[in-house]
Amino acid sequence: MEPAEPPLTQFLQQVVSGLASGGIFASLALALVLIYRATRVINFAQGEMATVSTFVAWSLVHHGMPFWGAFFLTLALSFVGGVALERVVIRPVESAPVLTVVIVTLGLAILLNGFTSVKWGSDVKKFPSPFPTRPIHAGGVAFSIQDLGVIAVSIALVLALGAFFRFTKLGLALRAAALNPEASRLVGVRVSWMLALGWGLAAVLGAVSGMMIAPVVFLDPNMMQTVLLYALAAAILGGMDSPVGAVVGGLALGVILNLTGAYVGFVGGTLRLPVALAVILLVLVVRPSGLFGRAAVRKV
Amino acid sequence: MARRAFGLLGFLAVATLVALAPHWVSDFRAFQLATVGIYFIAIVGLNVLTGYSGQISLGHGAFMAIGGYTTAILMANHGVRDLWTIPLAALVAGVAGFLFGIPALRLSGLYLALVTFGIAVSFPSLLKKFAGLTGGGRGLNLFGLPQQTGGGVSVKLARHELTNNDWLYYLTWTIAGVLFVLAWLFLRGQAGRALRALRDSPVAAASAGVWPALYKTLAFGISAAFAGVAGSLLAIAVAFVNPDTFPISLSITLLVGAVVAGIGSVLGRFGSYVGPLAGASLIVFLQAYASDLLRWIEKGIPLHADPKAPGVPAVIFGLVVIVVMLLFPAGVGGVLDALTSRLSRRSY
Repeated sequence: MEPAEPPLTQFLQQVVSGLASGGIFASLALALVLIYRATRVINFAQGEMATVSTFVAWSLVHHGMPFWGAFFLTLALSFVGGVALERVVIRPVESAPVLTVVIVTLGLAILLNGFTSVKWGSDVKKFPSPFPTRPIHAGGVAFSIQDLGVIAVSIALVLALGAFFRFTKLGLALRAAALNPEASRLVGVRVSWMLALGWGLAAVLGAVSGMMIAPVVFLDPNMMQTVLLYALAAAILGGMDSPVGAVVGGLALGVILNLTGAYVGFVGGTLRLPVALAVILLVLVVRPSGLFGRAAVRKV
Repeated sequence: MARRAFGLLGFLAVATLVALAPHWVSDFRAFQLATVGIYFIAIVGLNVLTGYSGQISLGHGAFMAIGGYTTAILMANHGVRDLWTIPLAALVAGVAGFLFGIPALRLSGLYLALVTFGIAVSFPSLLKKFAGLTGGGRGLNLFGLPQQTGGGVSVKLARHELTNNDWLYYLTWTIAGVLFVLAWLFLRGQAGRALRALRDSPVAAASAGVWPALYKTLAFGISAAFAGVAGSLLAIAVAFVNPDTFPISLSITLLVGAVVAGIGSVLGRFGSYVGPLAGASLIVFLQAYASDLLRWIEKGIPLHADPKAPGVPAVIFGLVVIVVMLLFPAGVGGVLDALTSRLSRRSY
C-alpha cells in the first residue's frame, strides 16, 4: 500500500477486500448454521470437508478440466460425499449426547486431514483463480477483480440457497424437519433423510468457500483450519440458528478483521485469530443469541 | 469392602508394573512411555473437567502451552532448575484456567467447546506476537543446560545408574501417580459429588446448596493445572518449545483421547486409570506405529497408499476414534467398568 493514497480510498479498498474474505467466511458459516439448525451440533469437520472438496477440484483442473466445469462437478461430488458421510458416520449417533457427536465430528476432521495429506501430499499447491488478478478502477479506487468475483459468487450462492428454501417443496421439508422433527414426521417428511440432505448442502457450501479461498492462501491440507474459526465466529456473530445472520456475520467479520488489521497497529496482520476469538467471546457474553438469532428461553 | 480391596489390588498391580517397566524395555521405549505418562496426566486432568463437571474443553493444548512456556522461560532465561519449574507451571496454568473458568460459566455445552477451540487455534499467534518473552516462532531451546536438569547426565538412584530417558520416565510417572491420587481424593469426596450433581442437574444441585460458580471454576483451575504440569514435562522431555509444540491438533487429540478413554468411567473402578492409560497409549503408539499397521493391513487389502506418508497416523487415529464412538460410546474405560463390575460381583 502506497502512503500517498488518500485515506478514504485506502479505507474503501480495505472494506471491499474485507467483504471478499467475509463472503468466504459466510459460505462456511452458512454450512455450519445449516447443520446446527437441523441437529444442534457444530460440525467441527466442516473445514476439513471443504479442504477435501478443494483438492478434488484441484485434481480435476490438474487433469485438464476448465475451471468452471471442475467447479460444478466438485459441487456435485461434494453433495454426494456430504450425504454419504452423514449416512455412515453421523446417523448412528443421531440421538447420542452432544459430546459423543462432537467427538465423532472431531474424529472425522482428523481422519479427513490425514487423508488429504496421504492422497495429495502436504506440500503447498497453487490453485487457479477464475478471476483475473488485475484491478479495475472506479472513482479513483482500485478494486481487485478477484475480490469482486468472490463477492459475486457468495451473493449468488446465498440467493440460490434462499430461493431453494423459500420456493421449493424440498426446501420447505428441510426447514420443517429442522424446526419440528416430530410434527414433520407425522405429515410424511422423511426427517432422517432431510438431515442427510442438509449435510450434502453444507458440504456444497463448504466446497465453494474452499475453492474461493484456495487461490488466495494456496492449497494445503491445513488450509481451512483457521477459516473454520473465522466461520464459527461469523456464525456466532450472526446467531447460530440464523442463515441470514451467518451471511451478515461473515461479511461483518471480514470487514472487522481487515479494518483492525489495517488501523490498529498492535493487531496488524498477526493477531487476526485472537480478534476473531474476541468477537466470539464478546458476542457470547453480551448477546448469546447473536445479531439475528432467536434467544433460547429455558424453563426450569 | 471386597470391592474396595479388589480396586486397591488392581491399582497396586498396575503401579508395580509401571515402576518395573524400564527394566524390561529399551531406552527409546522408556522415552515413549514417558510421553504416555505426560498424556496420561493431561487426560486425567481433562477428565476432572469434562467427565465430572461436564464442561467440554477443546483448548487444553493452550493450558499445556502455558505450562510448557512457564518451564521454558524459567529455565532458559532465569536459570531455574527444571524440577522447581513444574509446580510453578501448575500454578500459572491453574490460575489461567481458574480465571478462564469465570466467563466459561456463562457458556454451556457446545458454546464452551467452541470458545475453547478458538483459544487453542489462536494461542500460537499470541505466542508469536510476544516474541520478547517466548522467543517467537523460533521458540526456546533448553538443550545444553546440564546443571539445571537431571537429564543429559546419568543419575544415580538407589545404586542404579539411570539413563536420561529412564530419568524422564520415572519423573513423569512419579508425578502422574501422585496427581492421579490427588485427583481421586478430590473427586471421591464432597467436591466430586458436587461436580457430578452440577453436571447431571444444575438446578437440583444449586437448590441443595452447591455453589455452581465455585465448583465449576475450581474444576477448570484444577484441570488446567494438570495440563500445565503435562506441558511442563513435555518441555523438559523434548528440551525445546515453540508455538508448533502445542498445535490445535494437540487439544483435539487430548479431548478425543479422554473421551475414547472413557470420560464417564466410574471413579475407583478399573476404568478410571486404565482408561486414561489406554487413551494416552493410543495417542503415542498410534503415532509411532501407524505405518507398520498400514503395511500389515496392506498385506490383506491392497490400498496402494504410502505407509510413510505423514497423514497415515491421523487417518488411523480418526478411524479408531469414530469406530470406538460408534461401537462403545462409553469409551474404553466404560467397557472395562462394565467388565470388572461383573467380575467383582462374582468374586464375592
